Amino acid sequence: MSETMIGARLARREDERLLTGRGRYLDDLDLPDALAAAFLRSPHAHARITAFDATEALALPGVVAVFSGADLAEIQKPLAPKVLHPELRDYPRLPMPPEELHYVGEPLAVVIAESRYVAEDALELIEVDYEVLPAVGSTAIALRPGGPLAHSGDESNVAVLLSQKAGDAEEALRTAPHTLSEEFFLMRGGGHSMEPRAVAARFEPATGQLTIWDTTQSPHYARQQLSMIYEMAEDDLRVIAPSDVGGGFGPKAQFYGEEVVIPWVAKKLRRAVKWVEDRQENFVSAMMERSQTHRIEVGFDDDGRLLAVKDVIEHDQGAYCAGLQVPSITTSTVPGPYKVPNIAIELRACYTNMVPTSSVRGAGRPQAVFVMERMMDRIAAHLGLDPAEVRRRNLIQADEFPYQVGITFRDGSPLTYDSGDFPALLEGTLERIGYDEARREQARSRAEGRYVGIGLAVYVEGCGLGPYEGAKIRLTNRGRILVTLAAAGQGQGYETVYAQIAADGLGLGMEHIDVTTGDTARIPFGQGTFASRITATCGPAVFDAAKQMRARLLDTAAVLLGCDPSEVDFADDCVCLGGDREKSVSLQQLAQVANIGKHGITLPRGVKAGLETASYFSPERAAYASGAHAAMVEVDPETGGITILKYVIGHDCGTVINPLLVDGQVLGGFAHGLGNAMYEEAVYDDEATPQATSYLDYALVSSAEVPPVELFHIQTPSPLNPLGAKGAGEGGTVPPPAAIANAVEDALRPLGVRVTRAPVTPARIADAVAAAHGSEASASSTSPGADAGGKAP
Amino acid sequence: MADHTLSVTVNGESYDEAVDARMTLADFLRERLRLTGTHVGCEHGVCGACTVIVDGVAARSCLMLAVQTDGAVVETVEGLAVDGELSPLQQAFKRNHALQCGFCTPGFLMSVTAALREDNVRDEDDAREVLSGNICRCTGYSGLVRSVVDVAKGRSDE
Repeated sequence: MSETMIGARLARREDERLLTGRGRYLDDLDLPDALAAAFLRSPHAHARITAFDATEALALPGVVAVFSGADLAEIQKPLAPKVLHPELRDYPRLPMPPEELHYVGEPLAVVIAESRYVAEDALELIEVDYEVLPAVGSTAIALRPGGPLAHSGDESNVAVLLSQKAGDAEEALRTAPHTLSEEFFLMRGGGHSMEPRAVAARFEPATGQLTIWDTTQSPHYARQQLSMIYEMAEDDLRVIAPSDVGGGFGPKAQFYGEEVVIPWVAKKLRRAVKWVEDRQENFVSAMMERSQTHRIEVGFDDDGRLLAVKDVIEHDQGAYCAGLQVPSITTSTVPGPYKVPNIAIELRACYTNMVPTSSVRGAGRPQAVFVMERMMDRIAAHLGLDPAEVRRRNLIQADEFPYQVGITFRDGSPLTYDSGDFPALLEGTLERIGYDEARREQARSRAEGRYVGIGLAVYVEGCGLGPYEGAKIRLTNRGRILVTLAAAGQGQGYETVYAQIAADGLGLGMEHIDVTTGDTARIPFGQGTFASRITATCGPAVFDAAKQMRARLLDTAAVLLGCDPSEVDFADDCVCLGGDREKSVSLQQLAQVANIGKHGITLPRGVKAGLETASYFSPERAAYASGAHAAMVEVDPETGGITILKYVIGHDCGTVINPLLVDGQVLGGFAHGLGNAMYEEAVYDDEATPQATSYLDYALVSSAEVPPVELFHIQTPSPLNPLGAKGAGEGGTVPPPAAIANAVEDALRPLGVRVTRAPVTPARIADAVAAAHGSEASASSTSPGADAGGKAP
Repeated sequence: MADHTLSVTVNGESYDEAVDARMTLADFLRERLRLTGTHVGCEHGVCGACTVIVDGVAARSCLMLAVQTDGAVVETVEGLAVDGELSPLQQAFKRNHALQCGFCTPGFLMSVTAALREDNVRDEDDAREVLSGNICRCTGYSGLVRSVVDVAKGRSDE
């Protein structure tokens, strides 16, 4: 085999089964005699259970059992936050709380019945008395002195106060020739995988083993959590992420009470149990992300060069801290691709009575990029400079890598950009959007009374996180190469990508290689799919294990052919001596000799038994992907409608393994980012009751909303792994809110409108235009105008 | 609950079944007939993952009751490929990377198959309109749009 598979634009091998209805998603599992589960969920944002009566529910034909939190005391142990901090005031998150409930949707009981229909009937027959308590519906309420407490009896709603510093931002701001400040808010949004969460479990009394099927992104993490909570050896727990999972996007990388309850019930009842979340449940109980308030202040010189950035962030953890990964990422993403000599970032993470937040595609980065990129435009406007020019003057240059920012990334390592070429990304994006001509067109449009604007956003995305990921490669007894990953895919095309990487490592055609993922029984250690990390961590492991396997296969064949390993190579599924097919052994023959052998008969001398290799790769630190987006929009100031006229994406994720799939990741991520920019709002009222719990009230983008995009890549390989890979899963999602908000504010600049919130919806724009008219009439011409926000989120 | 009898043809095969009045068509296909290609994404008729074709018309199988298909001809994603040969639309999806996790894919295939039979997709705007009744969270739709345009214009190579 001569052509390399890494870099080849190959169609996916997963597609055939998915296109013909032969996918194997969790609910497709046919578990004979399995019972169905349905959870009773809190209708109140904050309440105490004062009475619980399931008598009527239990009497319903077809109902097998009802368990409340009080019945499952032995598994009521806190679900540990993923990322901790010594100063975190962690409020224990129990699988199914027996007393106090802290958000609408929190599970408090489960019905087990012969069908989901019956289980849902039974839910309505359960009598619960609640004492409703005051609830916290925003970070503003959470941090208000003397306001309600998200957890009764707590001392405050603050989860943790953290700060990150480089230089002396206060002093630099005090002495800077110019300073600007602003408050920004970004709205909650969800992952919205088209397949909701699901868990099924079966207990084998004969072996004491519990098998759990889980739509998780992190089966090994789930097994670890379960092993601690159940006090069982991990070997007795097998967690399988089915080979087809209908999208993850972050929420499926978290660990939930339902994942603890369902297997336990299966063990207790000695019956298989399946729970498949419905969309309504998904809206109120799957973790969300995004909501943050930023108060940012920037100092700069007359040329627009940044001297200091200070940002105070209020982060909404929701009712519990599932981990500090998101705010940690936000704090270290604020400086972005720019040289900022003085940085001070303060984080105030707090508890509210809303569903817990954790990573959703983009994970803390869109917020940081939004505030920084909005301020770059404000600097430009303040100095009368072009926004592209201000960015140009501040970008870290291509010859300055590795670049030390001076603060710490979420992986615990110093924020050190490994490689990149930010100017090339920006210039390439400007060139493709026809920036100079676009500005002229904008001027012409303005003269015609049309509101056209251009928005830019440049970002750096920490990805490829440790601690490690691994792969096993085995020659199966049938003579095929089996690559086993711990990482569970959610549609990214792992079966294709890792076969490509293994093919290059082996020097063998992909058609002989199979890939299997996501089953803790097949590989002992793993972390999971999150943080755009798998290509950069698992990829090198696969490549290394494949190279080891190549050596093993050739060594073994050389023994059998009676020659030196240097004289043999692959030809199709055989190892040949000097290219002669007459002098060859097939992969199956090698398996026959080295793996199967003959009972009691000595192996041929020199043959090592067991053709299996394994490799684990631990990156020294995170890698940093980067990109630049440019949007040209037209805004109708009366309706607030935004039309995207043109959109360009420049993207750098290091080495591209399969361009077709990377393009798919970027464009899919872009659609999600566009949702965050313009549509998606997980609205809660002040009492923390969710107001958007179906796709009738929560708008996901369709083909009608997502415009055509011009996408180009540059590749600056990461020096941190042998493939040079970074991460491609989230970059598309990170900058669209910033690019769209910048474009809208630019479009409406003649009206003095200010955009400070995402999503930028028509209603907000129309309100801001009206407000700007008002302030124009009452204030001087230098008035900053209105806020495209309104007050309540 | 009273049982209702139901005679339905699904992908060319006839079935006579007794079902609860409230059983959705989606659950009937998935659980009774074990045709699990039809997926349930939202159960309120918005995402379109459960779309099948009933008597020639694309229908949300989560919003339809199984008993309503008594005497009907139902087509599901399992019936699209003939003798293992993918339909031109399925081939276009594969070629254009129009799917990632694949969960929404059967619904898209059935919606678009029904639409293309009406033969009124002329350009990318039409394709976007045809696709806009279904939600995909993975692809950003560009591969889907290309696929529909490809098939509408009779392209099958590339």
